[in-house]
Amino acid sequence: MALKSVFSRKTLAPALRHYRSVTTFTLPDLPYDYGALEPAISGEIMRLHHQKHHQTYVTNYNKALEQLDAAVSKGDAKGVVQLQSALKFNGGGHVNHSIFWQNLKPISEGGGEPPHGVLGWAIDKDFGSLEALVKKINSEGAALQGSGWVWLALDKEQKILKVETTPNQDPLVTKGASLVPLLGIDVWEHAYYLQYKNVRPDYLTNIWKVINWKYASEVYEKESA
Amino acid sequence: MAPNWCGCGVASANSAKLSTNGLKLSSNRFNFSKPYPRRAYRVTAYYGLTTPPYELDALEPYMSKRTVEIHWGKHHNEHVEKLNRHLKTSAFYGHTLEEMVKATYNNGSPLVEFNDASSVWSHDFFWESMQPKGGSMPTGGVLDQIEKDFGSFTNFKDEFTFASLSLFGPGWVWLYLKRNEKKLAVAPTQNAISPLVWGDIPIIGLDMWEHAYYLDYKDDRSAYVNNFLDHLVSWHSVMVRMMRAEAFVNLGEPKIPVA
Repeated sequence: MALKSVFSRKTLAPALRHYRSVTTFTLPDLPYDYGALEPAISGEIMRLHHQKHHQTYVTNYNKALEQLDAAVSKGDAKGVVQLQSALKFNGGGHVNHSIFWQNLKPISEGGGEPPHGVLGWAIDKDFGSLEALVKKINSEGAALQGSGWVWLALDKEQKILKVETTPNQDPLVTKGASLVPLLGIDVWEHAYYLQYKNVRPDYLTNIWKVINWKYASEVYEKESA
Repeated sequence: MAPNWCGCGVASANSAKLSTNGLKLSSNRFNFSKPYPRRAYRVTAYYGLTTPPYELDALEPYMSKRTVEIHWGKHHNEHVEKLNRHLKTSAFYGHTLEEMVKATYNNGSPLVEFNDASSVWSHDFFWESMQPKGGSMPTGGVLDQIEKDFGSFTNFKDEFTFASLSLFGPGWVWLYLKRNEKKLAVAPTQNAISPLVWGDIPIIGLDMWEHAYYLDYKDDRSAYVNNFLDHLVSWHSVMVRMMRAEAFVNLGEPKIPVA
């Protein structure tokens, strides 16, 4: 067989063993300027949030992936398990923030415009009205102790919209494998502190002015098809 | 449960359960039932916001007045107010704060009062862990104990810094005294947890929640921790806390020089 001949060539063997490398991640670009979401979110916060915090998650996630690859190759079960919290934290941070940047849009480009069509009807069906949904998300986001995220989620199995929270950087799937994130709002203090200080409720009230419902609608229509 | 020794009516929905003589107390309002002929007053005592032992700008430039004003005046204060709101109806009314922290932690399934009780205790402890012109090095018995348990003072600083940067999410870093092993150790904790919950004695507490440093340091956590260790930590408070701890933990005979 062709395979046998390939493996018998000792000179190729070392190269074959190392052909697989870890797929690393890079910081995605923002689809708008740092200052474009003002006055809802200040340019200073957006810059730090993107260039420092998200970048750190990406860097550390890549590091953890390299370490995971090494541990897996060596068959180091203890090492693999030990890396799980770093993977969840940094990988989750990368996943969550990548969604977050898509969830925001400058007002001039349609940020804040309420959802129409299928998602709008689903919101009315599952929450009564958009105002009721916003109120629920704001109250759950404000009540979250410590750091985390508040999500508008589609439960693909039950075909219903839900509001969920996750602690720290846990991605939404940790709350349910059938949950798809439509909107996520970062309620870590770094997301609002420089501008709103301890008044998280004000941040939550104002962020709706730049929420990108168009993206949420697209995801909803794709995932509920 | 706080015992109802004063004989006064208890304005809470629990009053039926708290009645110690089987008589039915009214379940709302201040309704004093007959067997208490004396005028019984309801005495209530809640927690107050303790003031840091220095002016709000005294920690500059390492912790700005603005940060202390908001951290103490808003965050810490909010926890005090929320704790008092819980205590209006909580069975833990009457506990000391330390007792309440341990009890409401409930071995890992914290009750609703835990977050605020522990935050109030930890923040009181935090302000008192710092002083203007703090930092530099401890002396005498404290230094001896640190060198004994960490190898050197630099090792302690390295461990403390590493622990503070290792946190995933909000939390605290502690230098604490282990009762059983009779030695000092460093540990990070998540959210509002402190060494009180596992029964050890905190000696230094550093708040690593973002609100503690973000206005002054943005995302540069190592600068915040280094400044804390080099310029803010109150070794005087540490000495006093170690003296108190030695009433509970036998750290051995003092090193008395022999003539």
